[in-house]
Amino acid sequence: MPLSKDTLSLLAPDGSVVHGEAHDRYWPVIDALDDQTLQLMYSTMAITRALDYEAGTLQRQGQMALWVPAIGQEACQVGSALASKPQDSIFPAYREHSVARLRGVSMLQIIRMLRGLTHGGWDPETHNNFRLYTLVIGSHTLHATGYAMGISLDGQVATGDASRDEATMVYFGDGATSQGDTHEAMVFAQSYQAPVVFFLQNNHWAISTPVRVQSRSPLYQRAAGYGMPSKQIDGNDVLISYAVSQQMLDDARSGGGPQFIEALTYRIGAHTTSDDPTKYRDDDELAFWTERDPIARFRAYLESRGTPGSFFTEVDQQAADEVSDLRKEVLALEPPPRGNIFAHVYSAEHKPLEAQAAWLEEFEGSFVQKGDS
Amino acid sequence: MNLTMAKALNEGLRRAMSTDDSVLVLGEEVGQLGGVFRITEGLLGEFGPQRVFDTPLAESGIVGTAIGLAMRGYVPICEIQFDGFVYPGFDQITSQLAKLTARYEGTLSMPVIIRIPYGGHIGAVEHHQESPEAYFAHTPGLRVVSPATPHDAYWMIQEVASQPDPVIFLEPKSRYWHKGEVNTDDPGVGLHDAVVVRPGSDVTLVGHGAMVTTLMQVAEVAEGEGTSVEVIDLRSLSPIDWDVLVRSAQSTGRVVVAQEAPGSVSVGSEIAATVTERAFYSLEAPVIRVSGFDAPFPPAQLESVYLPSVDRLLDAVDRAMAY
Repeated sequence: MPLSKDTLSLLAPDGSVVHGEAHDRYWPVIDALDDQTLQLMYSTMAITRALDYEAGTLQRQGQMALWVPAIGQEACQVGSALASKPQDSIFPAYREHSVARLRGVSMLQIIRMLRGLTHGGWDPETHNNFRLYTLVIGSHTLHATGYAMGISLDGQVATGDASRDEATMVYFGDGATSQGDTHEAMVFAQSYQAPVVFFLQNNHWAISTPVRVQSRSPLYQRAAGYGMPSKQIDGNDVLISYAVSQQMLDDARSGGGPQFIEALTYRIGAHTTSDDPTKYRDDDELAFWTERDPIARFRAYLESRGTPGSFFTEVDQQAADEVSDLRKEVLALEPPPRGNIFAHVYSAEHKPLEAQAAWLEEFEGSFVQKGDS
Repeated sequence: MNLTMAKALNEGLRRAMSTDDSVLVLGEEVGQLGGVFRITEGLLGEFGPQRVFDTPLAESGIVGTAIGLAMRGYVPICEIQFDGFVYPGFDQITSQLAKLTARYEGTLSMPVIIRIPYGGHIGAVEHHQESPEAYFAHTPGLRVVSPATPHDAYWMIQEVASQPDPVIFLEPKSRYWHKGEVNTDDPGVGLHDAVVVRPGSDVTLVGHGAMVTTLMQVAEVAEGEGTSVEVIDLRSLSPIDWDVLVRSAQSTGRVVVAQEAPGSVSVGSEIAATVTERAFYSLEAPVIRVSGFDAPFPPAQLESVYLPSVDRLLDAVDRAMAY
């Protein structure tokens, strides 16, 4: 199995704490967190998972053509997202539902895209710099890098005032590590010393292709070839994800150049609802990772700290309420107006396209509507 | 002012950068060297390494990071070294750059300018003489323009740098070293306007980039043979200024389209189709395309055979007149 002695963690699979030379430098970061933040970590993971299951159910009931589950990957997402600062820009792939939630993007907004209402779904400028999902694997790593180059050009890195410094964080998967764009992004990021943190969620499968087809060596070791610091973490441990992300974001913001984190995690569900993982994965592997579930592990940790049972009951209730609301909201979604086909292809005037839009309106308007006399 | 197209582009870039601090110039060798064609010569010294910088040798990286810079509020003007080298950046151009404003539902503009020296007539090796405009003109979300004169080069590069959409800016490299009068006070026409550069009454010749020069030669010869030729410089390939084309087709009744690119499924095909749709009752002859052949651009010693020549165009004029 892929976890090794070099894999950083703070929580063992049973939720007990891990100490050691490599780990102890991160504990002070966690010890500084208040109970509220720790509870937010838990509630975000638990509620996102509940909504994720509900979205899968809605897809099975024909309410979406596709759903992209993130079950099993909540810890690395929540830890890293909470470690980022509001001024940091997040460039997600398409499975970062927990990060989205923490940045103010709701599951409903994500579902609007998968239900075929939009190719986007939210405005990053009004959603805490959480960029749109990108479906072409790896292509957004270049956007995150270019944006980070812009941060440098604006002089917003290593200003001497840590509250002003900015960085970008880009999420991608093990499949994306084989894409040329991801490679080029790291080349550009290193060349310009751009403040970008590459956050790899290695969930071990690119649809049915195991990670060993992408790489025969641990992926975090590739970063050394670019001259980039890197860490490999237990991606199902929310605390190590938080602590390492915070450190690497700080390093990027303060002029340390690009950083690389490999979070070892596992996609408990299918790649998408169109996938059937029983055709390519064995039960032992699933059992191995199920034992390392990020939410159960963190709950055990919180309980060991004396978090009352009422907290977990409240989270469960909130999850149930949000699930119920989500279903109602999804079923109430109206189809987009046909003018959306043309509305934002260009920012400035484009006469031939405007003529096509006008023609379509005239054509559709030429039909007698039911009820017209 | 009498300038080569190369110098006109250089001056246009300089003026665009002076007008707007967010305009950046990036690409392979654009800094100290000034680009392999020296179009960006002197800009590094004038505007500094924060605004003019060499990139790693990776076209997808150039376009993809330019997208990120535009998200940050910059106006990146990227140089692709040669036409045949744009394809490694094709996904970022067509799947990302072209679609981002639509994906963002209008909340994001993408003023990324991709400059590409294109076309033949320079006797170069493979991948250095191509005309890839159809790929980009076919892609919704992009604007595609191509100046044919130093005057247009000077103005159009400034105009694309001050508008909000992604632009494929095709520079006819065989015209780089030819001089022409540049009026630095007045562009005369809009970015997407086609222009009648020579009025005539018997047949309309349409082309863009370096072809316009050939078309003017054809018109001259045809005039001597008693045929009055109207020449239209297309200037913009997406959108195409249909009003000017259709008006000319209605007036002459005969249209010949010239292009260096392979003719099959080309900009010329679109012109033939649309002119036929919109000027059908005025046409005396089918719209005739004179193009590069549907074969890869040949080794340089055969380029004069491959590219539309004065003779091939005169033949097309004769065929149009014979109907």
